Amino acid sequence: MPEYNLLSDFSSPLWAWFIFIVTVGGIFWCFYLLMSQTKLATKEGGDKIQTTGHKWDEDIEELNTPIPRWWMQLFIATNIFGLVYLVLYPGSAIFDGVLGWSQVGQYNTEMEVAEKKYGEQYTNYLKQNIVTLAKNKDAIKTGGRLFSTYCTQCHGTDAGGGPGFPNLRDSSWLWGGKPEQISQTINSGRRGTMPAWGAVLGESGVKNVTAYVMSLSGRKTSGDLKAGEEKFKQLCIGCHTAKGTGNIALGAPNLTDNSWLYGSSRRTIAKSISEGRNGRMPAFGDFLGKGKTHLLAAYVYSLSQEK
Amino acid sequence: MHETYNYKVVRQFSIMTVVWGIVGMLVGVIIASQLAWPALNFDVPWLTFSRLRPLHTNAVIFAFGGSALFATSYYIVQRTSHAKLFAPALASFTFWGWQLVIVLAAITLPMGFSTAKEYAELEWPIDILIAVVWVSYAIVFFGTIVKRKVKHIYVANWFLGSFILTVAVLHIGNSAALPVSLLGMKSYSAYAGVQDAMVQWWYGHNAVGFFLTAGFLGMMYYFMPKAAGRPIYSYRLSVVHFWALAFTYIWAGPHHLLYTALPDWTQSLGMIMSLILLAPSWGGMINGIMTLSGAWDKLRTDPILKFLVVAISFYGMSTFEGPMMAIKTVNALSHYTDWTIGHVHAGALGWVAMISIGSMYFLIPRLFGKTRMYSVRLIELHFWISTLGVVLYIASMWVSGVMQGLMWRATNSDGTLTYSFIESVAAMHPFYVTRTIGGLIFLSGMFLMAYNVWKTVRADDASPVDAIIPEPAIDTSPVDAIIPEPAQ
Repeated sequence: MPEYNLLSDFSSPLWAWFIFIVTVGGIFWCFYLLMSQTKLATKEGGDKIQTTGHKWDEDIEELNTPIPRWWMQLFIATNIFGLVYLVLYPGSAIFDGVLGWSQVGQYNTEMEVAEKKYGEQYTNYLKQNIVTLAKNKDAIKTGGRLFSTYCTQCHGTDAGGGPGFPNLRDSSWLWGGKPEQISQTINSGRRGTMPAWGAVLGESGVKNVTAYVMSLSGRKTSGDLKAGEEKFKQLCIGCHTAKGTGNIALGAPNLTDNSWLYGSSRRTIAKSISEGRNGRMPAFGDFLGKGKTHLLAAYVYSLSQEK
Repeated sequence: MHETYNYKVVRQFSIMTVVWGIVGMLVGVIIASQLAWPALNFDVPWLTFSRLRPLHTNAVIFAFGGSALFATSYYIVQRTSHAKLFAPALASFTFWGWQLVIVLAAITLPMGFSTAKEYAELEWPIDILIAVVWVSYAIVFFGTIVKRKVKHIYVANWFLGSFILTVAVLHIGNSAALPVSLLGMKSYSAYAGVQDAMVQWWYGHNAVGFFLTAGFLGMMYYFMPKAAGRPIYSYRLSVVHFWALAFTYIWAGPHHLLYTALPDWTQSLGMIMSLILLAPSWGGMINGIMTLSGAWDKLRTDPILKFLVVAISFYGMSTFEGPMMAIKTVNALSHYTDWTIGHVHAGALGWVAMISIGSMYFLIPRLFGKTRMYSVRLIELHFWISTLGVVLYIASMWVSGVMQGLMWRATNSDGTLTYSFIESVAAMHPFYVTRTIGGLIFLSGMFLMAYNVWKTVRADDASPVDAIIPEPAIDTSPVDAIIPEPAQ
């Protein structure tokens, strides 16, 4: 008996035999049940349909009509189908069926067929670089379709992003917008961490740093800019640099371009500073394979080249 | 002084059937609206789909369907046994206990307490209460059977008995869990991993098989011959389809887990048993519909019969659809789509609700000393409203489901998927709106029913009556004579 057919809490092979016997026995019992009631038809029957003679609740009676033939045939046919299926396919833990079918096998076969049919185009695209592919209409079409299957859940159907999920159509890049940088983001994923400064800065500190950060992109603010700048120079420049232009090696956003990952309101910026943020882009390299991520990188790159 | 039947508990459950029907279906309309217009959850946690959906399913299955089954089974078992209900205090306890279960469900589910097991979401303290009420129900029911004054047990009672017995086993088996907190209402299932999934769908599908099928077949086997005034079509068919149905249904659960981590052999077994289930299921349909032969003309004038016949038709339709959907290749298309929702509601609205409504229209006047409902024309109107609602509901879900399945598997010449998931969601929207309208129409029919019931039981000449138990009829079944001793 194949061991993979046993369940972890019902690991004794006796269970398998028990189920097998009840399965096959049950199907034959269904036959017997049916036959037991048809014999009755011929024995008592004749053409005359009578009641069974029982009477309940003053007027409920039962006729002894023979079982409809078409119904019997349907019942027998499904029973035979069941038995044949048990021979052909895995239907008990003790026997995997003569066809050798398994759902994993079916999956592998389907994937092989797909690979044979579609694999070549991706291998061909791999030979071209991302900049060239971004101008190839067919490649971008396929890339766009892959994008709508795998990326739209976070980045939106128009790649315009949303709060916490980067807009891929603009020229602002957290981790760099060069072809090889985009490719690495898609293949290996990214993890961007902004620490929580609320405990260090206190309420007024958060307010002042928020004001200073907003002033970096020329926005009107209220608050003590000077105090904010002082704290910024102590705590923030390690990642966001002294000018606040950010660092693509760390995924630290540029604070001067008025493009806001989590939202532009004063409250949202204060929340980012006070509570920190954790951004995560999943790695797609192992999941989709090099061919598809290459096309995705070309598609994303092409979006930023549109203007 | 003649002994009378105990109708009090029947009356209580009958009235609550109408009340819980309205509540359960109203919650259904609310969550259907939320699927069409998600903003309707108003960002209030206890109004979200995830919490109201189990409230809807529990309310319609166990509160509405359960009350209908309690009411009719207590009525049928007395009438066909010619015996007063056994242990009347315990019967009264089942009423109040069951209502308490429903109220607790209506409070805890929106609060977010859930075992996350479909149709068994209630947490462990409520599960224990359900088990106690259910065992009491079994004692009352089978106690009455034991007290019966007719030798043969009527077929309706076979089905009701199997429903009560199996649901006890299913509920206790599936709800087995290790409690970790009383006030926190938290427990962990006794089963791990895929075995938990298997046990869950053994329970889940047999909640359909024994609660929603066997139980309501019991209802059908009494009210159909009563309303038609005709004998049951075939006793032999009853025998075969009852035993085959009871045996086969219990195996069918794995068809909910096709193409999952469940071992291949378990999936296949679930599939073939689901197919073998087709004929035993249809046995009930044949017996129901053919009981009307010789009295088809009554369909024209009696809206109660219309409810019963259409219910049986929907039963036949969904018990054909079910085995088809259990075939792996069909399931690969239908699984995870709205087709399943359409299928369930063909059974829930078309079969369960309509057979219950028809039976209640027959039953309620008799419980209050009347010969018929306040308005027969309102029953007629209710019938057409319900039918329209069901058809709109299931047709929209069928189209939506098949469309989803086809959209999800459509591929382009380059091997990529033709549609993103969100495109299929957008395509579903008009069907979700149609479904909401269908549900709303069905719900409005329930308000008509409530009005009709109110006018019937509050009429000047209406009062709660317990009918006198008549003498059982003389059994005229063929007997084999005792072989006499040969003469010396």
